[in-house]
Amino acid sequence: MKYALMLMGHVDDPACGEDGGPSPEEFFAFDQTITDAGVVVTSFALEDPEHGVTVSSDAQGERIVSSGPFAEVQEFVGGGYIIEVANIDEAIEWARKSPASGPGGHVEIRPVAPY
Amino acid sequence: MNPEPVAHGGGASAEEVRRALAAIDRGARTRILASLAHRFGDLDLAEDMTQEALAQALRTWPETGVPSVPEAWLKTTAKRKALDVVRRESTLAQKLARLRIEQEREPVAAHFADPAQQTAEDHDAVPDDRLGLFFACAHPVLKPEDRIALMLRFVAGLETPEVAHALLVPVPTMQQRIVRAKKRIRTLGVPFAAPRREELPARLAGVQRVVYLLYAEGFARSTGVSHTRDDLTAEAIRLARVLRALMPDSAEVAGLLGLLLLTEARRPARTTEDGRPVPLAEQDRSRWDRGLIAEGIALAEEAARRSGAAVSRGEERPATGEYAIQAAIAAVHAEAEAFEETDWAQIAVLYRLLELRQPGPVVSLGRAVALGRMRGPAEGLRHLDALADDPALARFRPFHIARAVTLQQLGDTAEAALAYRRALELPGNESEDGFLAAALAGLDEDLTG
Repeated sequence: MKYALMLMGHVDDPACGEDGGPSPEEFFAFDQTITDAGVVVTSFALEDPEHGVTVSSDAQGERIVSSGPFAEVQEFVGGGYIIEVANIDEAIEWARKSPASGPGGHVEIRPVAPY
Repeated sequence: MNPEPVAHGGGASAEEVRRALAAIDRGARTRILASLAHRFGDLDLAEDMTQEALAQALRTWPETGVPSVPEAWLKTTAKRKALDVVRRESTLAQKLARLRIEQEREPVAAHFADPAQQTAEDHDAVPDDRLGLFFACAHPVLKPEDRIALMLRFVAGLETPEVAHALLVPVPTMQQRIVRAKKRIRTLGVPFAAPRREELPARLAGVQRVVYLLYAEGFARSTGVSHTRDDLTAEAIRLARVLRALMPDSAEVAGLLGLLLLTEARRPARTTEDGRPVPLAEQDRSRWDRGLIAEGIALAEEAARRSGAAVSRGEERPATGEYAIQAAIAAVHAEAEAFEETDWAQIAVLYRLLELRQPGPVVSLGRAVALGRMRGPAEGLRHLDALADDPALARFRPFHIARAVTLQQLGDTAEAALAYRRALELPGNESEDGFLAAALAGLDEDLTG
């Protein structure tokens, strides 16, 4: 089955590379391990949420574009993997190993819908 | 395995077919369901095809005769029907991919031929797929209340209305809950297999917790009229026995079954004829079930031996599991001919072990009571009052009952009455209410008379 591992961060926590945050090396090492295991379908890492741009609609239904940083954003996706493994237990095992599930962060696992 | 007719050939009478199908009991049906769930990862498909195979047997056996191993025939037939469904439905193409994965992992048939070849190494080469069903139904991604319902429905093999009745939930509510839980199992891809060895202890603890809670709910109802529900305790013991048969080398599994049997042994003495609870101190021990006690003590001893801890010598080995210790505590009670002869010192030591292993307010309460019995009520009250600030115990009936009994022993009737009243204010079943009211009435007589 395919699962998305969404590596979540919290704006108040130390960012990657900062004091108390996970080091980029830990993420690189994890990426190497999971890639070598042959389970990665695709993966991505994102720039910080302050560089985000949102496209939405106003009350009249007109599209509007706004730029970050967004004060209301508390949690953000820092990166993610789509993996192909046998079952949820194996997906949980990879999420456990990720530095993103360490203190201050979490990994959200979502099954990819088979459409 | 091909479905084989019996050697003498020919058809079977309606009576023969009826008897053969009647022999396919809940246990057999669960084994068939478990083997399909393990292979296809889908409880709905497993349920439907188990039913289909039973229907097929009704049609076929009168002509072909009853097969030599009816359960194997049903299992094979159900698997074939499930394969047909999977191949037929294009929407299930995804499942085919998964199916291949499962097949690759399936141990070769020869592996099953000689159980002696099985080692702890091959974790997925379990002799019985029901173990996988245990782990799926108690999976940590499911809600705790759903785990209990699924365990009753699929591992114990009760029908949905029976599960609803057992857990005091309306039938439509239970139907919805089971449908949602099944969908979650399928959508998330919960495996119907024993976990890897590194995860086994934690996951096994989760399975045991469900069985234990089931027993506890039957043992002393949290709501309702009567104090005990024998149907729930019987199901819990049945599940613990299946688990024991599936994992004969596990100390904790032996400990859990031992604990449940030793507790169940007191059942005949636990309530009066009108259903009121009788405290341990006042139980007629001649009514305890000696057979269950013997079996329970043997299991408790085995659990202690297997976990490598000399529990009976009171050595502190945190590796000893919680159920092995609780079984040992129950065994000490069971071995005492009379309440006064209880070896409280040993019970206090065992509770201390349990506290190290599984710290919690209820465990501390057990230790405080044991210390009080061992060193006298003044010491007991001191230990109990040291726990009074714990918010969980403040809402826990047995804590206030323990205080009331201890205060009564010390002759402090007024304070004892207060403690009983506090216990009565807290939720519990009506029989227990009656018992507490009677205790309180007795005190009031002491106070006024």
